[in-house]
Amino acid sequence: MPTTSDEVLIGRIAKGDRLAMEEIYGRYRVPVYRFVLRMVRNPTIAEDLNSDVFLDVWRQAGTFEGRSAVSTWIFSIARFKALNALQRRPTEELNETADAIEDQADDPEVALAKKDKAAVLRACLLKLSAEHREIVNLVYYQHKSVEDVAGIVGIPEATVKTRMFYARKKLSELLTEQGIERGWP
Amino acid sequence: MTTAKQSEPSEIELLLPWYAAGTLDARESQQVEAALASDPELAARYAWVHAELEQETHVSEAAGEPSARDVKTLFAKIDALPAQKSRTSIDLGARIAEFLTALSPRTLAWSAMAAALAIVLQAGFLAGFVLKEKSPGGFETASAPANVSGEGSYVLLRFQPQVTAADVANFLETNKLSIVGGPSTGGLYRVRVAPTKLAKADVMRIVNTLQDNKVVGFIAVTE
Repeated sequence: MPTTSDEVLIGRIAKGDRLAMEEIYGRYRVPVYRFVLRMVRNPTIAEDLNSDVFLDVWRQAGTFEGRSAVSTWIFSIARFKALNALQRRPTEELNETADAIEDQADDPEVALAKKDKAAVLRACLLKLSAEHREIVNLVYYQHKSVEDVAGIVGIPEATVKTRMFYARKKLSELLTEQGIERGWP
Repeated sequence: MTTAKQSEPSEIELLLPWYAAGTLDARESQQVEAALASDPELAARYAWVHAELEQETHVSEAAGEPSARDVKTLFAKIDALPAQKSRTSIDLGARIAEFLTALSPRTLAWSAMAAALAIVLQAGFLAGFVLKEKSPGGFETASAPANVSGEGSYVLLRFQPQVTAADVANFLETNKLSIVGGPSTGGLYRVRVAPTKLAKADVMRIVNTLQDNKVVGFIAVTE
């Protein structure tokens, strides 16, 4: 059976179709949650933001004009919510569970002692700034093209490429601090 | 590694993360592949890009999924919202407000005048089309039509945003159509395409003909 396109579902949501909403929610709830969680680093806040994102999808479906892909539109809503949360909440609160998440991977020093370069890399990924976590997640995990990322983040495509490069450069510096020299960047 | 090279990464090097993720177009992918085949140093750096992608995936998937509470919260919030029709009105108002606040005061003044004029004109001409259809003794507003489910065949239609009153008038007259209700959610109008109840296939033929018209943004059969 052919899958209904996101665009058709959004059109149905605009008319108040709950089944279409459940379909869109089913498609995007996990990737959006993981993206938001990478930004705010607190599962409880990420869950709240996730439902807020889809509430906005429900409320704003009638305003979706199809100038970008539905996924780009949804991720841009998610990004906006996450950035607002980062500005609104005290850093301590946001980092409350970030520590717990980071514990899933060893601390870089511990991982290095175990000679586990993959674990060191994971720990360093978690230590990137919000701006760099955002772009790294969109490119590597969400598989967004340069054009998609430009649409979600609201920056030119050339800036997308250089921002990703500098995120990787920062990652390289963090690895160097842990004794892993990988060259440029 | 030279500092000159470090300060200016090549375009190919910038594209490596997207190549690893498989999100480049065919031409760019071929360029990256050719560069990787001829440049061992670049290939070594690409191995790190691939490792980054693998570990970012690991980190993201280790984050798990939102709990069942998430879906309950969402639909509870949706249920608490007012009806769809009023939501659209609120959203439209919010969008207009957002647009206006982004303008300079001078631009704002001119835009406000133009917007007000456009709203009055559009509301006027579309309300006129609706009211023209009513019996002499009856009255209803464009947005809250009375019973329109009598005899006839109907479609839901949204006009292209840039159409003029003249375009709409000409379109309705040429195709012998009448707006009998709307706009509802998403700017949809209920339009009578025939005075009698036609077979669905006949209405579909009319829809297929009308959807090619430049004034039509969206059209679908309705009961």
